[in-house]
Amino acid sequence: MTRLNEANVIIAKEIIGRYPKARSATIPLLHLSQQQNGYVTNEAMVQIAEMVGATSAEVLGTATFYEMFKFEPVGKYLVNICGTLSCALMGSETLLHHAEGKLGVKAGGTTEDGLFTLERAECQAACTEAPCLQVNYRYRYKVTTAELDQLLDDLAAGRLDGEVPPHGTVARVRQHIPADKAVGPVPPDAVVAPPAWITEGAK
Amino acid sequence: MSRYAWAPGYTDDGDRPKIVTSRFQYEDGYTLDRYLATGGYVGLRAALGRTPSEVHDEVKSATVLGRGGAGFPAGTKWGLTPQGVWPRYLVVNGDESEPGTYKDRLLMERDPHQLIEGCLIASYAAGLSQVFLYIRGEMALAQERVAAALNEAYAAGYIGKNILGTNFSIDIVLHWGAGAYVVGEETALIESLEGNRGMPRLKPPFFPAAIGLYGKPTIVNNVETLSNLPWLLTNGAAAYTAIGTETSPGTRIIAVSGHVKRPGVYEIINGSTTFRDVIYGEEFCQGIRDGHELKAFIPGGGSAPWFLPDQLDLPFEAKMVGPAGSMLGSGAIMVMDETTDIPAMALTLVRFYAHESCGKCVPCREGGTWLMRIMERVVAGRGTQRDLDQMLEIGQSITPGQYPHAASERLGLAAAPFPFRMTTICFVGPSAYNAVDSSLTLFPDEFQAKLMKRTSIPVTAVGADS
Repeated sequence: MTRLNEANVIIAKEIIGRYPKARSATIPLLHLSQQQNGYVTNEAMVQIAEMVGATSAEVLGTATFYEMFKFEPVGKYLVNICGTLSCALMGSETLLHHAEGKLGVKAGGTTEDGLFTLERAECQAACTEAPCLQVNYRYRYKVTTAELDQLLDDLAAGRLDGEVPPHGTVARVRQHIPADKAVGPVPPDAVVAPPAWITEGAK
Repeated sequence: MSRYAWAPGYTDDGDRPKIVTSRFQYEDGYTLDRYLATGGYVGLRAALGRTPSEVHDEVKSATVLGRGGAGFPAGTKWGLTPQGVWPRYLVVNGDESEPGTYKDRLLMERDPHQLIEGCLIASYAAGLSQVFLYIRGEMALAQERVAAALNEAYAAGYIGKNILGTNFSIDIVLHWGAGAYVVGEETALIESLEGNRGMPRLKPPFFPAAIGLYGKPTIVNNVETLSNLPWLLTNGAAAYTAIGTETSPGTRIIAVSGHVKRPGVYEIINGSTTFRDVIYGEEFCQGIRDGHELKAFIPGGGSAPWFLPDQLDLPFEAKMVGPAGSMLGSGAIMVMDETTDIPAMALTLVRFYAHESCGKCVPCREGGTWLMRIMERVVAGRGTQRDLDQMLEIGQSITPGQYPHAASERLGLAAAPFPFRMTTICFVGPSAYNAVDSSLTLFPDEFQAKLMKRTSIPVTAVGADS
């Protein structure tokens, strides 16, 4: 069962309902399927294509463009060590090599127990706190090799379960637009006049 | 020293005016309660008490420069939509990923309501019918904070139908990406928002303000730009322009990273603060780390040509930094001391841009990749003079003619000013070359020192003893 489950289909429909064109929901729905399965499955892409009115090839085309989508299982924890300039200046290469040694995999690899996938990542917007890394997109700043060891041990022992959800879950809070407050999507072809406050002024 | 555990890197020593970071000092600065207790949504109320064109004029007269990189005034941008074409959309660019840049993420994590209020003010003034708030995929906390803030604001009647009891009605839709630097380019952002691969659209002739999302007029504004609007509407354009200089009013957030004593995120006075102030100033970075000296710095993110210590006294003023051979970009300053291995560090930037090329334009897709491969060879000590020449040749195919660079007294170089010519749609390709050009132009000796030595091959020895 790698299509979206019933609960996620309801969320998917809510997401699609916010956009003037359903196709805009492609990336959010790919995230939703990755949250459910840990990676994006072929079945999920076929289903998303049906839901947003695209072909499955178009959904695959979009999905493969983006770094965050994985198409085969990755570790429960995706460890992204930044290697761009600010972090490189502060020793990120050492950190990456240390992580490779500790986990016994090269950057890009997954440990045999399926717990960790290690990646060399590009700039994560924490440049003043270099060297930095993300575990499932949760930050760690000014990381020393000792702190990295501790982090990996804590993750493996499940001590950070509350803070770091398994790979696939990015934001744990979702937007919900209450029905009585929603204006609804504004379709590009159905509206030809300026909004009321432009013609009448705010009243 | 004033730093806050909940806003990593942010530092507010000194008594500089704060326009966008005023709530970073509160641990709960991201909640609606704190926002309302500290002047929140006052700017929106002020805006709704006036006509949309009055609000637009106020923003125009304050010259709020775009903080995403190009520095185009927001009020002017709003006015570029074609007459009589509706609906119009607002797309918020929260896809911060320029190397060195760290400010929009803090603004979204620490003060999401300020951004929401900015979106509402912009939409009211420019007659925009729906807002799409695009946050970078990797920023989990920012997505959570903005989602929670949107939910709070809907419940309290600040977003949605009949905002604050008026006929102003608009939805703000949270959208998030999935990891692609090029999506920070506004037309690529729109493509991504339409569910496609994030590849930039060819422009000119049609900029998003004319033909954007779903083919309709679309304003794309940066998070920091919009975050300026609540303060501006609360305090007025006169108060805004009283800070900073005439051509660069207000404040801007900068992130200083690398080999300084105190790397950090600072809200500085725009236009007049100099690079020397921020790198050496007591209330800023307090100088280069102990026992070391400045070698070079990048003034505006990974895409900006590098500066040498000669340029320290330039202010944060586009009209001066441009002619000096670089750009202010997104307020990211990366500092390198004398221990820096320049070719190796330049390689990290070349690798970044080669990796992030979307593949649409051949000069960037192929050129960026080859620049990376050749640079890797040079850094590994297996390069030749031919490799260095080859990199400059590849550069000519991405950005023909002279590339901007800083003046250097030591090298007898005169500054080459912006802009440069390009054979690509967007700046990713030229940016890959930029790191090569800056490092190779300003530090030719370091590249020479890495080239493969052929002197040890004893060609003349053959036959000498026979």
